[in-house]
Amino acid sequence: MPMLLTIRSLSKSFPGARALDQVDLDLRAGEVHALLGENGAGKSTLIKCLTGAYRRDSGEIRLDGAAISPGSTSEAQELGIGTVYQEVNLLPNLTVAQNLTFGREPRRFGLVNGRAQREEARRMLSGYGLDIDVGRDLGTYSVAIQQIVAIARAVELSGKVLILDEPTASLDAEETRMLFGVVRSLRDKGLGIIFVSHFLDQVFELTDRLTVLRNGQKIVTEETARLDRVKLIEHMLGRELAEVEDAERRRTDPEAKNRSELIRFENLGRSGLVQPFDLAVHRGEVIGLAGLLGSGRTETAELMFGVRAADSGKARDENGDVACGNPREAIGSGFGFAPEDRKTDGIVADLSVRENIILALQARRGWANPIPRAEQDRLADAYIQKLDIRTSGADKAVGDLSGGNQQKVVLARWLAMNPRFLILDEPTRGIDVGAHAEILRLIHQITGEGMSILVISSELDELIAVSDRIIVVRDRKHVAELTGDDVTTGAIVRAIAADDGAHK
Amino acid sequence: MSRFLARIAPQLVTLAAIVVLVTLFFPDFIQISFERGRFVGPIIDVLKRGAPVALLAIGMTLVIATRGIDLSVGTVMAITGAVGAWAIASGYGVVPALLLAMVAGLACGLWNGILVAIIGIQPIVATLILMTSGRGVAQLITEGRILTFNDPAFAFFGSGTLLGIPFPAVLWLLLAVAVTLLMRRTALGMLVEAIGINRAASALAGVNARVLLIAVYMASGLCAAFAGIVATADIRGADANNAGLWLELDAILAVVIGGNSLLGGRFSIAASVLGALIIQTIDTGILLAGFPSEYNLVIKAGLVLLILLLQSPNLAHTWRFLRDEAMRRREPEPELHTRKEIEP
Repeated sequence: MPMLLTIRSLSKSFPGARALDQVDLDLRAGEVHALLGENGAGKSTLIKCLTGAYRRDSGEIRLDGAAISPGSTSEAQELGIGTVYQEVNLLPNLTVAQNLTFGREPRRFGLVNGRAQREEARRMLSGYGLDIDVGRDLGTYSVAIQQIVAIARAVELSGKVLILDEPTASLDAEETRMLFGVVRSLRDKGLGIIFVSHFLDQVFELTDRLTVLRNGQKIVTEETARLDRVKLIEHMLGRELAEVEDAERRRTDPEAKNRSELIRFENLGRSGLVQPFDLAVHRGEVIGLAGLLGSGRTETAELMFGVRAADSGKARDENGDVACGNPREAIGSGFGFAPEDRKTDGIVADLSVRENIILALQARRGWANPIPRAEQDRLADAYIQKLDIRTSGADKAVGDLSGGNQQKVVLARWLAMNPRFLILDEPTRGIDVGAHAEILRLIHQITGEGMSILVISSELDELIAVSDRIIVVRDRKHVAELTGDDVTTGAIVRAIAADDGAHK
Repeated sequence: MSRFLARIAPQLVTLAAIVVLVTLFFPDFIQISFERGRFVGPIIDVLKRGAPVALLAIGMTLVIATRGIDLSVGTVMAITGAVGAWAIASGYGVVPALLLAMVAGLACGLWNGILVAIIGIQPIVATLILMTSGRGVAQLITEGRILTFNDPAFAFFGSGTLLGIPFPAVLWLLLAVAVTLLMRRTALGMLVEAIGINRAASALAGVNARVLLIAVYMASGLCAAFAGIVATADIRGADANNAGLWLELDAILAVVIGGNSLLGGRFSIAASVLGALIIQTIDTGILLAGFPSEYNLVIKAGLVLLILLLQSPNLAHTWRFLRDEAMRRREPEPELHTRKEIEP
């Protein structure tokens, strides 16, 4: 069958990173093709190369057999490739008709012909099953209707390839069903549709074929019906279940049973963020939090540390309630939190390594009680040595260090506080293999000293290697807890993949 | 200490260069004499007349270090001056007048701080509100006229001398030293820099960013109150319409000439105060050098642009690049030639 769109050996690099590496993709006319992968897999880079937002480094894109090389999104649109993003990029303060005909308004005597404009808009929307007043402002309609208007505009302008980038992220079930109806009817008219989503249910419901990207490479293209969820997640995460299960040697801790309880989170939750959960943290324990991106992993940590206010539940220890309503309270209660995005939430780039290490301690002591310089130097030097932070000196700006060393500085900041419960969100993301192993070694060392740790990670074997038990999060809900011999890649993947009904 | 000197070296060199330049046109510029118990001379005049901007620049430095800006300081000068003059004219005496003016400045800062830190309005918009509406408040206090008074004790803050030096000059010098010590001998300086560089990360590390932000805007309001007192005492009257008019812009300029980034972070109060002196030296120098007054603003603009260009890291980068290119051109590589042919 002739392909509508073929991509061959597409590569794109950014300074320091190879975002796409020899990626191939075929899109047939009249199919819905899912593009899947974890964050950083290269999905959005691929889409941006297709829509002309990025210039590819090498490779070939053919549309209807002709090589194309769009230099801008409008050029891509004229060639026939239209895109609809998660955040509708139309103008909510203009009417539906104005949005639909934007840039090509019907004119009479040089002025916009409002009646013709509305007629044109109604014609464009016919067949989408929408019964709306095109004269009203777009912003007065629901996001789902705005999505469909955006699709109608993209189809009218382009009409060959339609890229839907997470179109359902902010839709409810009914709206999603309506949107899928539209997508199916467009497919039946012969459009090629690329569908990007994190929701695997929707991928199985809607798409004909799918392509998985991982670390900038194409992993597989397959008929959706011939894959099951477990297999798909294996592709996305890069794990061969059986193989890993056999090779796995988990650390077993004979004392695990005897640990006393440190903190218990009861019914902690916030509607729309994470469903209420209970979690007991024991002394010297490492708890792993596993789940796909957007499943509620980070949100769980943010509730515990008070970054976001919980609307139900509380934390308590043997002495009663533990305050963790905001970060300062949580720190006061002996918590620490190394966030996922080190650059925006972790380091203070222009301050020195020394100042970054003492920042939390200084904030805790108050501004009027400065840590003496000699003490600062002692702390900084001690942690630079202990964590092996590679820097030319304690007074170097932390922004000049490599990612792994920045992560160690953030760790040092919390270790200097001597917290009893430390939350590490993706502690090894974006750092090289050597530093990776060192940070895992550090986690073991810290817990040996009695601290309790919660680790969030997308790297399953990393989680398995460090955790005493693992909580699996799916769809903003804590769905499973694995302990002892149950902690295996297979068990985690199955828990992530399980349908609500299927899982016990 | 050497680090401190290295930080303010560009501003010191610039100031020296401007003084030399002005002296070339007006040789008496560096003359200082001692008459009737006080030092007299153009340089002393610069120290005194530069006081309002120097005082404002101290507070503005802190605000800008938090990645904010305070456009209201000129207006706060008018408000606090009006409050002071009103208190004196109503017979409250000097100390209550000073205290009331300072409280008014702190209250203005508190307002700005709440808008920025709690309500979350962008600093430029938040302080614009007071900048435009505050003159009305000042006019209400002065009841629309220029509120004059004749209290020698209050006038001392504008035209008196201490050890022969004009009091306004003593005031900004002492305040600059005091605020610098407060920032650097406690942890305040680092915490302010931390929230300016990365507020989210600082808050996660337990820094009380809200309270610090409010405090910084209040400090700026207090500095503006001092400037308002000096300006009002100097002319023995509160002019709600013109007191401190446009001085917020000079204060921001002083901070920028002081090499502080408008993007927040590392700051130096000493450098900002030197920036204020540079501006005042240019102003006074142009007048003394005898240029027709209509050229004043143009010359000032030209000089300021030149100073900022010379300080710019980009220019240093370009300069290095041009120099390297020139070196390379002396020993031409074949590659470079082909590229030149392609790009005519």
